[in-house]
Amino acid sequence: MSIDTETARRVAKLARIAVDDADLPVLASELNGILNFMEQLNEVDVEGVEPMTSVTPMRLKRREDVVTDGSQQEAVLANAPDAREGFFAVPKVVE
Amino acid sequence: MSDLSKLTISAARDGMRRGDFTSTEITQSCLTEIENARFLNAFVHNTPEIALDQANTADTRIAEGDAPDMCGIPLGIKDLFCTKGVPSQAASAILNGFKPEYESTITSQLWTAGAVMLGKLNMDEFAMGSSNETSTYGDVVNPWRRDGSNTQLTPGGSSGGSASAVAADLCLGATGTDTGGSIRQPAAFVGITGMKPTYGRCSRWGIVAFASSLDQAGPMTKSVRDAAILLGAMAGHDPKDSTSAELAVPDFEAALTGDIKGKKIGLPKEYRMDGMPGEIEKLWADGAEMMRDAGAELVDISLPHTKYALPAYYVVAPAEASSNLARYDGVRFGHRAALSQGDGITEMYEKTRAEGFGDEVKRRVMIGTYVLSAGFYDAYYNRARKVRTLIKKDFEDVFAQGIDAILTPATPSAAFGLGEMTDADPVQMYLNDVFTVTVNLAGLPGIAVPAGVDNQGLPLALQLIGRPWEEADLLNHAYALEQAAGFVAKPEKWW
Repeated sequence: MSIDTETARRVAKLARIAVDDADLPVLASELNGILNFMEQLNEVDVEGVEPMTSVTPMRLKRREDVVTDGSQQEAVLANAPDAREGFFAVPKVVE
Repeated sequence: MSDLSKLTISAARDGMRRGDFTSTEITQSCLTEIENARFLNAFVHNTPEIALDQANTADTRIAEGDAPDMCGIPLGIKDLFCTKGVPSQAASAILNGFKPEYESTITSQLWTAGAVMLGKLNMDEFAMGSSNETSTYGDVVNPWRRDGSNTQLTPGGSSGGSASAVAADLCLGATGTDTGGSIRQPAAFVGITGMKPTYGRCSRWGIVAFASSLDQAGPMTKSVRDAAILLGAMAGHDPKDSTSAELAVPDFEAALTGDIKGKKIGLPKEYRMDGMPGEIEKLWADGAEMMRDAGAELVDISLPHTKYALPAYYVVAPAEASSNLARYDGVRFGHRAALSQGDGITEMYEKTRAEGFGDEVKRRVMIGTYVLSAGFYDAYYNRARKVRTLIKKDFEDVFAQGIDAILTPATPSAAFGLGEMTDADPVQMYLNDVFTVTVNLAGLPGIAVPAGVDNQGLPLALQLIGRPWEEADLLNHAYALEQAAGFVAKPEKWW
């Protein structure tokens, strides 16, 4: 598997990172270098091996489904680049 | 006294309790050293007012008697930790201006114990890097230099600011975080002690997430005893982190007897890498000899999947990072790009992330996006998670054979020059973590202990790896190694 310029463009799009067309070939080549390094994993026999989900054998804890926090609108919005009338503001989403 | 910033945590604790000096005096000494060390670029947000205020409170508590061990101890805090009202940027431009409304669990525990915050420490952006050259604040400089050379060296990364600050005596200790070696590699590069605890020992709540299944915070200190003391204050169960272990925190310092008679120390043959510098090989052999002289038994062991740890890590970590870093979207906090006429929300995301993230972070987010994307998930991500299971099993097998601790080199080389790796391909930089990354994948505790210098006078370290949850025993092994190695060298002050 290898990453061409088109794939690099698609990955950048999926990651929501703008990349200039002129920079795509270098990006593709860097990503290929890293992927080639990962190809070593194909040498390992993983037949019947479970993929790791938790490094320490523990069941994720559950808690009561109750409100534990809230009424902190001001704190929640304090770091927003654009907050108006108690909301986060973003460019128009719905036409 | 002018040299108070040079104190270890244990000496400062004991001295303050005896009334030899106050926390305020130590804190002032540290603040002066920080001012005089701007060139090292270790501290990036200084908090002298908070520090002096906390020191004052600590002095009252100490005078009253029952103050905890960390009371009055001035620390540096890695920028990855959220500290209320104090910039916490993970060394990224995308978090420009971010001042958390909350305090991370670990720092909160430290302040409750009476510790003093001197400021925030530089690091690689989002903890992605091994040389502290990916920071939005610029490079951190290692206080060590090669004999007779003025070349500026890296302190390692990602906890490079923590490493440099502790080694240069700007603070008594520092917090670090370790996802693939980010505490142990920089500790090794500057001749200090750095420990990554068992995954789940310290709460991750309020620490900016990089790869959640690997991230773990730990102490970076001037001695093994200090690591035991600081870890004791950082550790503990936290209901706000669902992966934090509900286990009592032992008295780590009390475990430091230095007695390792009859302990079995494993020497994994797979860590003898092709092209390993002779000095590293000698350091490792010398370290093993020291453990034997202390009464331990050396055992040759095999960890057969070691070779696949780095490639597995560079699938798993970027995959988790691509997911964790999705939150940086220009909506809730940090940077938002200026938009052009007609730009919609997608353009806002794309421009914000293009401007806010540095190159290495972008690369890893995109690699992570790729390995998680439809059609590649099984080939890369699932395969890497299976290999991770095998790597963990390697360790379980040797521990089941009765091995108490594993001795390895900490890094494949001494500190290298800033800029020396700029033109290398990214994979070359990743190789820095070759000896440390297995420990994260297996969730184990690991500690770097300075053990010697290379032929250019730079510090070199050994790593000890312990059984899960047995940090106390691991620290005792490290203590025995520290006593035997007798590493006391300090960088000559030139900054």
